[in-house]
Formats: sequence, structure tokens, C-alpha cells
Amino acid sequence: MNPTVELITKMADDALIIGHRHSEWTGLGPILEEDIAMASMAQDKIGHALALYTLLQEHFAGPDPDTMAFSRKPADFRCCHLVEHPNGDYDFTLMRHFLFDHAEWLRYQMLRQSSFAPMAHFANRISGELKYHILHANTLLQRLARGSEESHARLQAALNDAFPLAMGIFEPGPYEQELAGTGVFAGEEILKNRWFLEVEHRLLSWGFQVPALSDAPAGWGGRKGYHTEFLQPLLDEMAAVIRSQPEASW
Amino acid sequence: MVTEHIKQRTPVLSLQAVWDALAQVHDPELPDLSIVDLGMVSEIKVNDNRVQVKIIPTYTACPATALIQLNVAEQLRGLGFAEVEVLRDSQTPWSSNRISESGRKKLQALGLAPPPQFDSPWTEQTLGQATCPFCGSNDTHLHSLFGTTLCRSTHFCTGCGQLFERFKPL
Ligand SMILES: [Zn+2]
Repeated sequence: MNPTVELITKMADDALIIGHRHSEWTGLGPILEEDIAMASMAQDKIGHALALYTLLQEHFAGPDPDTMAFSRKPADFRCCHLVEHPNGDYDFTLMRHFLFDHAEWLRYQMLRQSSFAPMAHFANRISGELKYHILHANTLLQRLARGSEESHARLQAALNDAFPLAMGIFEPGPYEQELAGTGVFAGEEILKNRWFLEVEHRLLSWGFQVPALSDAPAGWGGRKGYHTEFLQPLLDEMAAVIRSQPEASW
Repeated sequence: MVTEHIKQRTPVLSLQAVWDALAQVHDPELPDLSIVDLGMVSEIKVNDNRVQVKIIPTYTACPATALIQLNVAEQLRGLGFAEVEVLRDSQTPWSSNRISESGRKKLQALGLAPPPQFDSPWTEQTLGQATCPFCGSNDTHLHSLFGTTLCRSTHFCTGCGQLFERFKPL
């Protein structure tokens, strides 16, 4: 696979899958504002996935975006395990949203300098949109961390669960050296270290115990096409409509 | 400004006709505002009976972008151009700073507070400061970062005790 294609595919798959997970809160959010926030962020994420699949189509003769989203086998997906996990309670959803979105935001900040110009333009144009996602995660976590003993304890437990999975965001791909060497992307290791600096000080300031950064491959596998048992049912649900009417035009 | 540059070397009439036609294309989520009000037009090239227009999408996930492109093409064909090309400008990031004065007045009239002008990048402080479109009070606070469409946030006005929406800075 072309190194840039591999990079874009995993970014698009992450955005598609976490967007779908967020969308599962539509109509079920704990309060109306959160319901709307999750639905809005889901719309953004899926829009970003579409834009990334379109980059693959336009610049690398990739399949059309619907095929990428709805007709691939799990082994063809490159999303990390963190985004595949079911939403659980709102505490896990929020903590995952915080950990994932800070990494996504920093990744795009790095990509603003990418030598692959279409990616640099895209990173530039979605920065403002992603900033709202980060602010949402920060604001809500801060409030709940200072809410009650229960809200604090639940978020700490969610952090303990989500943190090892978040390591899977930074699972090195097969082309780290090529991507760095050609100036397309500086690499997962650099991203991981920047991310840890960013999330650690926030979590500490909210009184959480922060797990240590590790290379333990607990959340690894997704970037190589090995997925959790949660991905297949999610893909089935996503594709249910298109499979029922494969000939329909939308 | 690209448009200024073009004005100097193309017939004023046809270029003005294009601008007028584009002012008839509206955002389906904000029907009072045209794509010209929203600052979505980044380039117009008129060459005899050919026209090329570049449109900057607002939010990446905005469902209206494809429809807007179709409507632009239809308006321009209506002017009698033989060749019409509507391109998506993916290099220029859209910003709410591009919304025109008349666009801001229309938002205000819809009861939707216009976005603040900001020196990039905007900050959390930019988000918190909003003027109530109903009573004009500045004694307001941010209620939610998200609203009924991607481009809106929700605020509370202490002055008149009402929730209101604002077009978000982007
Ligand atoms: Zn008021």
C-alpha cells in the first residue's frame, strides 16, 4: 500500500467509526444539550471521514467513499480498538471522546505542514471545527470532575479502561519511516508524546490519577486489520440500509 | 482580492450579472442568506460565454454544499452561459469572518446573533462574549457549544431571561 493511503485510511476509519458510536447517543443523551452535542460531533466526524475517503478517490484512484464505508470487510479497516468499543455509560463515551479528540486535533496540527498538499489544506480547514470538539470534552470533563464523589470516581474508572485502548491510536504503521522521510507525517511516536503532555496536565489538574504511557500492545492490532469483536456488528448496522437496497441511488 | 483583479479585465456587466445570480442562491439552512452574504464565493472567471465559479464549503459536514453547487450551476446556466463550471475551493478555509455586513444584519433579523469578528485563532473568550439578538444585552453566557445546526451555539441572556442562538465563530 502507498504510505499516504495507509495514513489517510486509518484516519478516515477512526473518524467514521467514532462518528457512528457518537451517533448512537442521538435521542438517548443524558440531557438535551449533550444529545445535540454528540449528534453534531457525529455529523462532523462522518463528514471528515467522507472528505478523507474522497481524497483517496481523487488522488490515489481509490474506491468511491460509499464502498469504503459500507462494503469492506473488517480486516480491511485500519481503525484503532478505542473507537470500536461500545459506548458503555456516558462516562466512558466522554473519556474516550477526550482522549481521542486531543490526539486527532494534534495529528491535524502536525499535518498542516504535510508535504502532501491536499492533506495540509484539509488539516487547515477543519482545525476550527475540531476545536469545538476539544472544548466540549474539556468543559464537560472539568465540570464532572468537580461534580461529586461519584462523578469523579466514574470518570477515573473510565480513564483506567480507556487509557490502555488509547495507546492503540499510536500503534506504529508499516510506513513510519517513509512518511517521516517524505515529510507527509512526522510519525506516531512524536504524536503520542505530544498527546501525553496535552492530556496529562489536564487530567492531573482535575484530580485524576493518570496511567503511565506504555508501549504495551493492549490496544494494538487495529492498524494491521485485527479488530475487536465489536467492529463487525457495528459495520453490519451501518450497512443495513445500503444492503437492503443495493441498487438504490441516493 | 481575486475578484477585484478580475473586475479590471472583464466586462463589468457580465461579472455583475454573475454576482447578482449568485446572490439568488441561498443556504437551505439559512434561507434569508445568500452564498454571497456568507462569503462562500472565492473566485469568478468570466470568459465570453464561459464562466467558472469557485465555492468555499462552510462546515466540512454541511449537508447543503452539494445542493448549493447544483443551484449555482443552474443559476449561471439561466444567464445564458454556454459553459458553466462550479468548483469546490478546497484550499481556502472558510471563516465566519467572511460573512458580509448585510449577511450579519440578516442573521440579526432572524434572531440569530452574528458571529464575532476575531483575529485568528479565536479563543474560548471569543465564544463567551455574545450580544442578545432580542434585547441587545451583553450580559449573556455560553449555554452550549452546539445548537440546532452545526454552525450554531446556544447562549443564555440574563437581560431578558431567554435562550438564543448564535452563528459560531469559525
Ligand atoms: Zn436578551
